[in-house]
Amino acid sequence: MAANRNTINFMTIQPRKQRPMFNNARKIAVFAVVAVFSLLPAPFASAAPAIQQWQTANGARVYFVPAPELPIVDVRIMFDAGGARNGGKGGLAQLTTSLLNDGAGDLNADQIAERFGDLGAQFATAAELDSATVSLRSLRKPEVLQPALDTLALILRQPTFPQDAFERVRKRMLIGLRQQQQSPDAIADKAFDKAMYGDHPYGAPPLGTEESLNALTRDDAVNHHSRYYVARNAVVAIVGALDRAQAQALADTLVGKLPEGESAPALPKVSDLTASQAINIEYPSAQTHILSGQPGMSRNDPDYFALYVGNHTLGGSGLVSRLSEEVREKRGLSYSAYSYFMPMRDRGPFTMGLQTRSDQADEALKVMRDTLRTFVEKGPTAKELEASKKNITGGFPLRIDTNKKIVDYIGMIGFYNMPLNYLDTFIAKVDAITLPQIQDAFKRRVQPDKMVTVVVGRSAAQK
Amino acid sequence: MQIRFLLLTSFLSLSLLPSAQAENALRETTLDNGLRVIVKEDHRAPVMVSQVWYRVGSSYENDGITGVSHVLEHMMFKGTPKRPAGEFSRIIAANGGRENAFTGQDYTAYFQQMEKSRLKVSFALEADRMRNLLLQPEEFAKEIKVVMEERRLRTDDEPQSLTQEQFTAAAFVNSPYRHPVIGWMDDLENLRTEDLREWYQKWYAPNNATVVVVGDVKADEVFKLAKQYFGPLKPSKITPTKPRQEIEQKGVRRVTVKAPAELPYLLMGYKVPVIKTAKESWEPYALEMLAGVLDGGDSARFAKELVRGSQIAAEAGAGYNMYNRGADVFNFAGTPSQDHSVADLEQAIRDQIKRLQDEPVSAQELARIKAQVIASKVYELDSPFYQAMQIGTLVTVGLDPKLLDEYVDKLSAITPEQIQQVARKYLVDDGLTVAVLDPQPMSDKPAHGAMPAGGGRHGR
Repeated sequence: MAANRNTINFMTIQPRKQRPMFNNARKIAVFAVVAVFSLLPAPFASAAPAIQQWQTANGARVYFVPAPELPIVDVRIMFDAGGARNGGKGGLAQLTTSLLNDGAGDLNADQIAERFGDLGAQFATAAELDSATVSLRSLRKPEVLQPALDTLALILRQPTFPQDAFERVRKRMLIGLRQQQQSPDAIADKAFDKAMYGDHPYGAPPLGTEESLNALTRDDAVNHHSRYYVARNAVVAIVGALDRAQAQALADTLVGKLPEGESAPALPKVSDLTASQAINIEYPSAQTHILSGQPGMSRNDPDYFALYVGNHTLGGSGLVSRLSEEVREKRGLSYSAYSYFMPMRDRGPFTMGLQTRSDQADEALKVMRDTLRTFVEKGPTAKELEASKKNITGGFPLRIDTNKKIVDYIGMIGFYNMPLNYLDTFIAKVDAITLPQIQDAFKRRVQPDKMVTVVVGRSAAQK
Repeated sequence: MQIRFLLLTSFLSLSLLPSAQAENALRETTLDNGLRVIVKEDHRAPVMVSQVWYRVGSSYENDGITGVSHVLEHMMFKGTPKRPAGEFSRIIAANGGRENAFTGQDYTAYFQQMEKSRLKVSFALEADRMRNLLLQPEEFAKEIKVVMEERRLRTDDEPQSLTQEQFTAAAFVNSPYRHPVIGWMDDLENLRTEDLREWYQKWYAPNNATVVVVGDVKADEVFKLAKQYFGPLKPSKITPTKPRQEIEQKGVRRVTVKAPAELPYLLMGYKVPVIKTAKESWEPYALEMLAGVLDGGDSARFAKELVRGSQIAAEAGAGYNMYNRGADVFNFAGTPSQDHSVADLEQAIRDQIKRLQDEPVSAQELARIKAQVIASKVYELDSPFYQAMQIGTLVTVGLDPKLLDEYVDKLSAITPEQIQQVARKYLVDDGLTVAVLDPQPMSDKPAHGAMPAGGGRHGR
């Protein structure tokens, strides 16, 4: 019902609080439309759906949860082909993903769009640092589902990367870069990643730079596709009104004819920061945006639960977290103040963030730092830990209450090779975390004196 | 809403996504004190969403106190005699809940998403703050600063939002839709606790609210709980707002917004009726279909002809909100590609409008939009929250939620000739407002020049 105007209204509708970093397309490239699992705050448990898992003949791993209640099917195909696989060609993963539906087999972009449109099927792509994801949502009835799947299979297997589409998408990405330059948030993100990860693939801007985009060729996209869009580098997640045999047939239709190929090689290891680093970027905004952090944890990190549960108290639980309490509730310094770990293949960032009127930036940064220091020294109180556990475990059913959320979760489990019982054991693992475990994990894993801090806004002289 | 680059292309997915419940799936009651309670059962997962909608928002505000509805929404988390500031959020969190609130032009709403057995927690807290809010000056003094930061974040430092705000203020002269929901900064600076108290007393009462619950609940039990918690609340005498119907526009209005930015941005809006104001009840649906023809996804005309074909637009969108309380504008928005100017983009959009006025839309295009609408109605069943949002929105502006069930049929009945008729009748210059963002240089080259070489101190 909401249309243009209302969408714009949605920007003026004022949610009381938000977690900008989770909504903010931080690791999502500008074209991404689908919800991306790694942006979900975390995993879940209790009456978790039973996940069925198998492998196609050519080596793609498939994860399936039947959901007979609604006559729809959701599919995600995830390739280890995100920005971390750019191989020094900044923006390549995003460009390749964006071009998939611009031509495939005998079909051109208009014909592909019309096919999905005529069926009422929803197609989307997203490139993150780790993954490139292709999504489809379709009605279950075979006369709709089958042609939608056939079209999607063609897109995955035989994209044609027309030269004119290549030029157009590159131009749109160049516009996307300029759009980022008018956003203090995006500017801070880029500087933050670069300082934190240096030459590691996680440090390169996912959209590339003007120079790197201009250097890309159509062959780069063709080669990226043929190297990484292969069965052994793919995970298929399916949730919908299907039985096992139907889901198997679906997976075979989609990826059964992809070349077997090879899975992507291991990424280089993320290094620790050896010193703190302060980056100040002059920017003509009313607010100063501050990010502070360091490499955090990986998706299969042994400290995952201790850090996740601990961070819930520090800055992961909205208004009731310590950072929000100190920065917003007590002092009115910022609309949002938060911290989070973004678990990735290797160690994704641990990030604290806020935005405040420029003349208050020093004060706000000090409050943020003091809050972290105190937390790393002492950890949460017993009462805080109890409250965090109650919130996380009590809210578990909300994490898996829609087909969309479930398909995102099983895609994540597959993509990161997490145990199939991850959801079943989640609540127990959260409940088992103790105060000493959190204190120990934060002391070992978070060094307040070795943080990257990015400040974007007007400098002191201009305030 | 945060993925700004996609804002325009996502119009359709919103514009064609109204609710899908079968009419008989809605259960409703009204308590003696006037509180409406609407329940939609959805037993797929053991959770529920509970929303309380108040008939108040920025379109209820007068000059000088703009933003008061939204500031009050913030203050609703700041305590009652029974529960001090912050306690509300702590209790919800301890129950595994997620909560938030939002303010629009026509409504203010609060919600909790929780495991199904916690509905009574939500009701107890919401009933308490419906009538017993404290509104302490010291809490207000802090929270108004937070709201000002929110305004800086969302509007002042966002060139496109700034343009939108100026656009709206130019498009409407006497309608309260001219105000930004978040309020003008000067009004925020001069807002007082007493303004909030007055606003709270005027609008926060059971007979000015609707509770919507969607999820794994039984309607009769929800009604019982509602009676238990909200039943004792006293109703108020609610004085309706004056109509403040927008005067007739007499010619094109143009606004330029200069702000530090990299990219230009174009907004065009034509005055149109909405369901509440339409004399011909089919017209809003014809406008909705028109939006679908232009911006109904990758296969629609804007994507096909402006983004992929002529490549005049880096992005272009069209859309319309027919569920508003008062007459609104039908919007176009876009960013030109590198090789084109805002003027080129405006001309391209005008050419598209002219084509809609001159030629009937093909049967094939209409069939495609209907297919998407019908499928979207099924897809949205996957989101209880969205369904609750739709019910709450309609009820709060005074529309029958049954309209949600009639949506597909009413759209499907629209003919190519009717689309042509509304294009000719409404998409005309005399009702047009145009706003253009004129990018001004950033003081520095921020993204490049000022950044030191990063990563030099990595331990590798």
